[in-house]
Amino acid sequence: MTEEIIIAGFGGQGVLSMGKILAYSGIMQNKEVSWMPSYGPEMRGGTSNVTVIISDERISSPVLSVFDTAIILNQQSMDKFEKSVKPGGMLIYDPNGITRHPERKDINIYQIAATDKATEIGISKLFNMIVLGGFLKYKPIIQEEFMRKGLEKSLPERHHKLIPDNLKAIAIGSEIIKAYHTL
Amino acid sequence: MKELKLMKGNEAIAEAAIRYGVDGYFGYPITPQSEILEHLMAEEPYKKTGMVVLQAESEVASINMVYGGAACGKRVMTTSSSPGISLMQEGLSYIAGAELPCLVVNVVRGGPGLGTIQPSQADYFQTTKGGGHGDYRLITLAPASVQEMYDFVGLAFELAFKYRNPAMILSDGVIGQVMEKVQIGDYQPRWTDEYIKKSFPWASTGKNPNKPHIIITSLELDSSKQEQVNIRIQNKYKECQANEVRYEMINCDDAEYIFVAYGSSARICQKAIQLGREKGIKVGLLRPITLWPFPSKILGELADKVKGMLSVEMSAGQMVEDVLLATKHKIKVEHFGRFGGIIPTPQEVLHALETKIIGG
Amino acid sequence: MNREDIIKPENLVYRRTPVLTDNVMHYCPGCGHGTAHRLVAEVIEEMGIQEKTIGIAPVGCSVLAYNYFEVDMQEAAHGRAPALATAVKRLKPDFFVFSYQGDGDLAAIGTGETIHACNRGENITMIFINNGIYGMTGGQMAPTTLEDMKTSTSPYGRDTSIMGNPLKITELLAQLPGTCYVTRQAVYTPALVRKCKRAIRQAFENQKENKGVSFVEIVSNCNSGWKMTPTAANQWLEENMLPFYPLGDLKVSK
Ligand SMILES: Cc1ncc(C[n+]2csc(CCOP(=O)(O)OP(=O)(O)O)c2C)c(N)n1
Ligand code: SF4
Ligand SMILES: [Mg+2]
Repeated sequence: MTEEIIIAGFGGQGVLSMGKILAYSGIMQNKEVSWMPSYGPEMRGGTSNVTVIISDERISSPVLSVFDTAIILNQQSMDKFEKSVKPGGMLIYDPNGITRHPERKDINIYQIAATDKATEIGISKLFNMIVLGGFLKYKPIIQEEFMRKGLEKSLPERHHKLIPDNLKAIAIGSEIIKAYHTL
Repeated sequence: MKELKLMKGNEAIAEAAIRYGVDGYFGYPITPQSEILEHLMAEEPYKKTGMVVLQAESEVASINMVYGGAACGKRVMTTSSSPGISLMQEGLSYIAGAELPCLVVNVVRGGPGLGTIQPSQADYFQTTKGGGHGDYRLITLAPASVQEMYDFVGLAFELAFKYRNPAMILSDGVIGQVMEKVQIGDYQPRWTDEYIKKSFPWASTGKNPNKPHIIITSLELDSSKQEQVNIRIQNKYKECQANEVRYEMINCDDAEYIFVAYGSSARICQKAIQLGREKGIKVGLLRPITLWPFPSKILGELADKVKGMLSVEMSAGQMVEDVLLATKHKIKVEHFGRFGGIIPTPQEVLHALETKIIGG
Repeated sequence: MNREDIIKPENLVYRRTPVLTDNVMHYCPGCGHGTAHRLVAEVIEEMGIQEKTIGIAPVGCSVLAYNYFEVDMQEAAHGRAPALATAVKRLKPDFFVFSYQGDGDLAAIGTGETIHACNRGENITMIFINNGIYGMTGGQMAPTTLEDMKTSTSPYGRDTSIMGNPLKITELLAQLPGTCYVTRQAVYTPALVRKCKRAIRQAFENQKENKGVSFVEIVSNCNSGWKMTPTAANQWLEENMLPFYPLGDLKVSK
């Protein structure tokens, strides 16, 4: 198993930390992982993205141009990364703020209204965990117990009391994600 | 006991410095490696191991602080990225001339000039061919993973002290910024002053009443003596070339073509190999781990077996000159690279092999 | 009243000075750099010296200052702006030359160039933006960072026993015979903006009389690096920066 993922959105949406939690959970489940962020001034209020690879084998390039899964959280990232999904791959996006919906017909596309849901139930900070939950529903590469361990490892101790909320947000994500176009 | 962590390459350098018992770090912020100083400041090793960590006022100051620390037989280091490393060249030449050990890490970004903060490998010439003035070399290690960032801190100090010469870890923005799994070691104690005094008679450790005082210098006005200094240094380099070449070979056994690549380019080539082999192209990778001394011998041997080599570097073609020297024009050797902070994709690399070497 | 009545020249209250280009500045919203740029540009406009001015940009957040000033600009290596300014002024003495630098650039890596340009009494204007931090590289400690102030390389606050003391470089430069005018200003209120502009004007006027270095420090904010909203940053500046870096003239030679 090798899963090559790009997560892209605005800085401040928790893009990098979502990737980090996924990577840490991968380690807990004894996988090989890599997490490669975009860096530099584009982080200042602009777009930010991270490539996460989870694999049973030694990982070759941490930098990729095509992906099994793209998780897209703003329009700029849609414009940039829709075309980078491998044929037959998966695209997950939050329709909030999207003005041009994905158009590809050779991939599976899912919508997750995580921004709206997170605001509605008052957990805006856990928006990214809702998205992660949606992803894990269709790519169950990490089991729940390892997600828990991954959260323990990646969150500072003082935030550990929030782990149950994080797991709940992941569960919500798997409930609200819906198909937009499937093969 | 080894502990497993998820770390950025830059953080691994800092953590390794603390755990290998390094005595001093001096540095000045520059992207993409500022996490090293930031991690050290957050960890406060001066409280744990007594390690000195200082933010200097410039790279010129940093390297000269390293000079002073190294002269005392301490394990000292600095880190920077390309423009800062350029500023250090004078200091490096002095340190090599005074035959002192130290570690310098360059997390390379794209140049020339202020350039870009994105990854590059365009400092190969500067690192392996001198950079500063005079006949000296840097022992150069090129990590291709976060684990190697960690491990090479230890290895670099070992080699630097063995040959009394500065060692360089030549990394780049990808390996500095990527997070991967790392096995980190236990805290090793820092060397005691007694140990240093006993082990390194060349170091400034205080005047011994029975011996002449120690002078650390790179100056010798008498040319005949200065020639002897040069000869001694060159002999040391020959020994280093004979003993310290390190490389990794991947899929080379049945290979008809070889990628030669180090650091993050080597990782990209590994992916290109997968893609190539899916298409039936028998391609392998020779990854130099030491860039100086360069693995010329094995490249020469491979040149008798394969049809062509592609040197893949994020530069306009620097290491390719060493590959050409090593393979003596027996086979086709070409360069492929992107520069200015652009990272080539595995698809591009494979395409370059197909067009420049196989079809070319 | 219709539109034509309103846009008559006599009704003009404010317009962008033509000494600034049309380019959108990349500074964070609320940052003092933009205001400082405007003041320098307005002074150049008002003195009518746009064609006879050469500016030197630093490395720091204002590295792209050369895209904003509509005068000839040069981009120096980190800390070396006073060296370039020295050569430019000596080679083109009838030009107005200014350097524009942050605290890391001017008071850390470029301390040597700063002190020696000031000590030689180069006939230039030096603008110094002191925001107590390295804005560009993501908020590391600067030489001017206050005691106990948190930055990414002093995460528990600047411990002066280990990291040295905040450097009052401006006080130091006022001691040097080569400086003729040394002043400390700020730009976070309209009144201070007007005052600062007068100081910058003075600093440029002095070049006409060959008096030596005119040095204008502007105590500024870095809301991003300080991790505050712009308003909170301005308040923090007033409450913390100004007691240590008090505003006013340090040296005015006749
Ligand atoms: C030789 C060299 N070292 C380090 C850097 C990285 N660097 C760029 S800007 C900067 C500090 C800028 O701080 P300051 O001068 O205070 O300007 P500000 O961004 O706060 O306006 C540093 C360390 C560089 N560009 N060149
Ligand atoms: S980082 Fe700080 S100094 Fe730089 S533009 Fe933003 S607020 Fe201004
Ligand atoms: Mg500053």
